Amino acid sequence: MTTKLETLPSPEKKSTGAGKPTNRKPRVRESRGTLAFSRAQRGKSLMKHGILIVAGALMIYPLLWMVVSSLRPNEMIFREPGLWLNSLEMSNYTSGWSALTHPFGHYMLNSAIVVIGSILGNLVSCSMAAYAFARLQFTGKKLFFGIMLLTIMLPFHVVIVPQYILFSQIGWVNTFWPLLVPKLLATDAFFVFLMVQFIRGIPRELDEAARIDGAGHPRIFLRVILPLMVPALATTTIFTFIWTWNDFFGALIYLTDPDMFTVPVALRAFVDSQSATSWGSLFAMSIVSLLPVFLVFLFGQRFLIKGIATTGIK
Amino acid sequence: MSAISELSSFTRRKGKVTAEEKKANKRDNKAAYISLLPWLVGLVAITIGPMLMSLYLSFTDYNLLQPPEWTGLDNFTRMLSDARLHNSLRVTFTYVFIGVPLQLAVALLIALVLDKGLRGLPFYRSVFYLPSLLGGSVAVAILWKQIFGTTGLVNQVLAMFGIQGPGWISDPSTALGSIILLHVWTFGAPMIIFLAGLRQIPAMYYEAAKVDGASTLQQFWRITMPMLSPIIFFNLVLQIIGSFQSFTQAFIVSGGNGGPSDSTMFFTLYLYQKGFGQFDMGYASAMAWVLLLIIGVFTAINFIASKYWVFYDD
Repeated sequence: MTTKLETLPSPEKKSTGAGKPTNRKPRVRESRGTLAFSRAQRGKSLMKHGILIVAGALMIYPLLWMVVSSLRPNEMIFREPGLWLNSLEMSNYTSGWSALTHPFGHYMLNSAIVVIGSILGNLVSCSMAAYAFARLQFTGKKLFFGIMLLTIMLPFHVVIVPQYILFSQIGWVNTFWPLLVPKLLATDAFFVFLMVQFIRGIPRELDEAARIDGAGHPRIFLRVILPLMVPALATTTIFTFIWTWNDFFGALIYLTDPDMFTVPVALRAFVDSQSATSWGSLFAMSIVSLLPVFLVFLFGQRFLIKGIATTGIK
Repeated sequence: MSAISELSSFTRRKGKVTAEEKKANKRDNKAAYISLLPWLVGLVAITIGPMLMSLYLSFTDYNLLQPPEWTGLDNFTRMLSDARLHNSLRVTFTYVFIGVPLQLAVALLIALVLDKGLRGLPFYRSVFYLPSLLGGSVAVAILWKQIFGTTGLVNQVLAMFGIQGPGWISDPSTALGSIILLHVWTFGAPMIIFLAGLRQIPAMYYEAAKVDGASTLQQFWRITMPMLSPIIFFNLVLQIIGSFQSFTQAFIVSGGNGGPSDSTMFFTLYLYQKGFGQFDMGYASAMAWVLLLIIGVFTAINFIASKYWVFYDD
């Protein structure tokens, strides 16, 4: 098992294809060169494209329909399955934006605070832990490393009740601290693992050269390792962004005051407060809430794909 | 490479000293523990501490207001006669054991179609991957609620063919199915892992098979499947662990109550209701440990069973 998974594209090989996610294989060019491409083969390729286009359209259709529906008068949502727009109706967005206690921007700002804090927390704490696991020898290393791997798979629910009790006793309910402090303490072990994998791919000679020049561990970490692990940091940033932006369970438990709502709990409050009459504005705010994730996906795709391909976690 | 192969190689490699370890034989305990400090604090305060605490609480009656009162195995015997809990287990098992294989099958199928140096691959890959990033959000759950509603998109499309569809999410016999479909819709992440795995199968295996006259189907069963089996296993383990913890979709689609008539009452949803709706923290903790146990048992079964079907190249 080890070997097989170890041959997945690993961080050290990344630099070659980093700029172009396309990474076209020579096989493609070959097949295009030989024009004596048999009919059967061309038919097969056509069929493949056919399958993919149908499947892809089916996958994306609901999302496109939601975007289009958010730009339609409300009653059309229950009547029009197509994607044709007769007119642009922006009223869903204006009414949705101000449908809750605060304007929707307030919740976006709350989410942004939690997301930025989580990203900073993960970057600092996980990279420090990863450096120790990847480069240093210490008593109990194997044990700790094993525990770290196990915590990746630990269900959140097992700790949530006591965590809630703990944080509520400190008086942190309805603050962002219960969502941020765990990130400052590297509890997203998945990222520690991702970074350990990456650091292992950085040649040790670089550390040793720095050591000979008299650098200590803090210096090697900050000056040698950290600059070289930027791709892993980028992957961490992007995943943390998306997961935190989407996080519902944590926010549902810790944030009950509308002032503190992040986007997912605000949307939930929106669903609950509205009868079926305002789907248009509900859709509009859903689109607004998905937009940041979509943008991150658009610009950070290569890090996302490399990230899951190398570590194999959603 | 992956956390799972790392864990299993971890037990296999016991005793052996790797070249890496020989090289840096001296210990840097001080530097290592400083570097690990945030993670260690998190491990104790955010993970292990709360785990032990919840184990203790599972033997108590605790409602946050009065101090916990030791009740022995009371919570666990209560579970034995709690019909809603049994139902929530049934719902969760159905979701996991239908949703996960279905999702992985689709992921593998699309990955196979995508693999062979297809033109436009990056575009297709993005289209299929995007839903897995958005699928965990409240916004998409809201979309699902509309799509599978009585007058939702699905029924509008069916109506064009003169079919009167049921109210998918208001009908207890189809509500869970629509949530399973949402899970299948997010097949993009495992698909990316499959794609990475397929890339690693040496082309010469297929060439040799072709020379020997093996059919496409034979090539699939004799080469692709064995070579990909560690990755299938990896996806299976992680998806099962993850799916047992699904919460957001069922919560939003059912309006937080697991309805209609408890047909989407996931175990995690019931745990949330017990712990954070009724503040029956003792019972919720006991449930959390049962969840951990269930996940542990199925992961163990998975690992044991893997000996019979996962092919190791070493």
